[in-house]
Amino acid sequence: MDKFDVIIIGGGIVGCLTARTLSRYKLSVLLIEKEADLGTGASSANSAIIHAGYDPLPGTLKAELNVRGNAMWDVLSGELGFDYNRSGDYVVAVGPQELLSLEKLLDQGRRNGVPGMHIISGEEMRSREPAINPQVSGALWAPTGGFCDPFMATISAAENAVQNQVKVLLGTQFLGFVIENNQILGIHTNRGDFACRWVVNAAGLFADEVMHQAGVRPEFHITPRRGEYAVLDRADIQVNNVLFPVPSEKGKGILVTATTHGNTILGPNSVPASGKEDTAITSEGLAEIWEGAGKLFPGLRPTFTIAMFAGLRATGNASSPNRSIYYDHDFIVEIPDSPRGLVNLGGIESPGLTSAPAIAQRVVELMVSEGEKLQLKPDWNPIRPPRPHFRKLPLEEQKKLIDADPRYGRVVCRCEMVTEGEIIAEIHAPIPAVTYDAIKRRTWLGTGRCLGSFDMPRVVDILARELGVPVEQITKRGPGSEFLFRPTKEMEAQHVEG
Amino acid sequence: MLKDKYDVIVIGAGPGGLAAAIAAKRQGAEDVLIIERDQELGGILQQCIHNGFGLEVFKQDLPGPAYAQRYINEALSVGVETLLDTMVLDITPRRRIFASGARSGFVDLKARAIVLSMGCRERTRAQIRIPGMRPAGIFTAGTAQRWVNVEGFMPGKQFVVLGSGDIGMIMARRLTLEGARVEGVLEVMPFLTGLTRNYVQCLMDFDIPLHLSHTIKRVIGKNRVEAVEAVQVDEKWTPIPGTEVVMPCDTLLLSVGLIPENELSRKAGVQIDPITGGPFVDDRFETNVPGIFAAGNVVHVYDLVDWVSEAGRQAGVSAARFASIERRKEDTHVPIKPGENVRYVVPQTIDRESLAEGNVRLQLRVRQPIESSVWVEVRNNGNLVTRKGELYARPGEIITLEIPMKAYDEVQLADELTIAIVKR
Repeated sequence: MDKFDVIIIGGGIVGCLTARTLSRYKLSVLLIEKEADLGTGASSANSAIIHAGYDPLPGTLKAELNVRGNAMWDVLSGELGFDYNRSGDYVVAVGPQELLSLEKLLDQGRRNGVPGMHIISGEEMRSREPAINPQVSGALWAPTGGFCDPFMATISAAENAVQNQVKVLLGTQFLGFVIENNQILGIHTNRGDFACRWVVNAAGLFADEVMHQAGVRPEFHITPRRGEYAVLDRADIQVNNVLFPVPSEKGKGILVTATTHGNTILGPNSVPASGKEDTAITSEGLAEIWEGAGKLFPGLRPTFTIAMFAGLRATGNASSPNRSIYYDHDFIVEIPDSPRGLVNLGGIESPGLTSAPAIAQRVVELMVSEGEKLQLKPDWNPIRPPRPHFRKLPLEEQKKLIDADPRYGRVVCRCEMVTEGEIIAEIHAPIPAVTYDAIKRRTWLGTGRCLGSFDMPRVVDILARELGVPVEQITKRGPGSEFLFRPTKEMEAQHVEG
Repeated sequence: MLKDKYDVIVIGAGPGGLAAAIAAKRQGAEDVLIIERDQELGGILQQCIHNGFGLEVFKQDLPGPAYAQRYINEALSVGVETLLDTMVLDITPRRRIFASGARSGFVDLKARAIVLSMGCRERTRAQIRIPGMRPAGIFTAGTAQRWVNVEGFMPGKQFVVLGSGDIGMIMARRLTLEGARVEGVLEVMPFLTGLTRNYVQCLMDFDIPLHLSHTIKRVIGKNRVEAVEAVQVDEKWTPIPGTEVVMPCDTLLLSVGLIPENELSRKAGVQIDPITGGPFVDDRFETNVPGIFAAGNVVHVYDLVDWVSEAGRQAGVSAARFASIERRKEDTHVPIKPGENVRYVVPQTIDRESLAEGNVRLQLRVRQPIESSVWVEVRNNGNLVTRKGELYARPGEIITLEIPMKAYDEVQLADELTIAIVKR
């Protein structure tokens, strides 16, 4: 049986950043992910916003880790080579009433330690985002807000971990713990058992089920809330900023934001999901996000839509570790008294993406506080070399790339200008992209106006060729999502045999 | 071998582009190049193996590849050049084209005239905002057509088709012939949106039901489509409660309309009609950008390919005429560009043949005063053509210089001349 110092359950942004943080030390680390790719849950279906930190209730773990996490993203994106833009963000007030709410948020932000916030006039807001509702009366400006490429943030963290000897197993599902004398000794998975001294529960939506297997927090439950989004065509509108409406009791409201891919996105709403796989888009949900977004940008039209998606928030019911405040949706970041050997994470919903680097750091601190002797690896390399994105290069650079490798000359996705060279590079990367969606998340292929109808047959061919498998085995997102069933004319053959 | 500059460059080798290239060549264009992103000529016709093409042009009922082949043969026989497996990345308003391909590498070309014939693309699920899950098994009819007819694989066993467009109906028949089950065709309109002949030949003859005033309320299935929930709609497309029916299937095919493909046109500064989704064109199929023409489904979506070919022919003739005028201008005149410290020069161009008759006088004004001796230089791409010394250069005083007759040969070779003031 393979033995590790630490096993991380779950390859979302939290699990991958934890793996990368642990890779600094002389530890053997295994990360397991049940899906065919990393970051397929909440990490790839969210607003991609790095929150400044004025939103969480002061004194909560969410508030602390949000502000601490926010400060880590510049270094993180630089080292890992993913797109990140510390653009600042706005909470936009429409009409005189909403201005009062800005003061309250400003105060909350200052108590949370958010730097540099101030309120700007309606006129100033309109000059910074000309297409915005002319009724805007003012806005809260938080210069530390921003947005990232959440797909590559996750993947690049895992790649860097792999560069530094962490082992990653995809398609590997946690089934239960091996516990003896109140000490975790390993885990059972669908691919056999693995021994370990520590387990980090980073199972996202399924974190409650994992901790229950260890008998921890039987009262804790994740009740997922679904958030639906619309992605808009760059040709129709491109906003420049991260824009929130004034929040209500229902939450942060429908935001309108720029993304690192240049598309504007709208959303999310917040409705109870029927289960942990209910990522359906509904007409009611779409109507809700269009109405909400229309408050900030009256000129938006549903016909601008280029794609839609829904994500699930891992909303938990844990009370804040800070007993002086009443809050029952806080993060869990803890080492429980029993059984020994579990680092337990749970309820990591928004601002989970922002907080993830701080959560990873906290995991290490908690392990040290439990007496774990960590030694730095002298040869730890924090730099993940980025791979080229053809579309983003100037013509001269494109020419150089094609001269060096002609496969970068063949454009496979015409809308987003993604080349065969880029696809092949992702298939053979340290975390191999072996499904259509995995390639899509890394290259942004298939996200343009034709939504993959041109590239899909070509990508399926390239995957089959590079992986050395028949095209019928190529999937959208893992087993059960195959594209093709059989060759044509097979019917006749069957008749002849019969 | 590619040339640096062509009379006519055609973008896209579908029916519009092939007809344009042939017509341009026949009209007298010296060199005509088609750039095509696919591995072969013919465009989408190559996957349209059903018949129904050519009734207008050839008075014959041909399958798509046969129709295309007639144009391909003609294009090659009249000497149209082709660049396959190459994608145009950018077109400038001054008709410079950047393209790339795995075999052709990075390509940088100039054209005296361009014909845009990129065709159209299919509308997607997002554009009609079908709710529900996002599993594998939702394809446009054209993608399924490519898989079945070109690649030779079946993308499903049990289908529902949304939209009564022609490709959807033709694919319903094609899939049935390949042994798949097509549960029905749903159409949100109270009428058929494709050709009646396709309804008769593709749906009625194969007992595939057509449900008018129906749409899809949601897609069911996590990894692969498991079913769709169909619903009847009223005249405002609002679903009528109580009419929902769950139709089991593993594949949803979309045939919900086509959109002209104009990303490149926009880059070149071509204005797009918001109604057609294609460029505004005049009766010669010229866009608002001089020398850039457009023809076929890139302009508006046609019902019959025969009309695409006809539009391509006209655009090709116009492009060839434009190119010949351009060529004449280029051949007779050389522009003189103001260089360092020159505000303007008159004349702005010179007739190459003037130097056969005598010296050509140039007059210029400088930008900044220089109170020391200077050279007034005329250069052709770095080579000195002639120069003259002056004791100073002042904006208030015109400087005169003559290009001598002996520079005739140098000027014949020049694309442009530059005049500059430099310190001695």
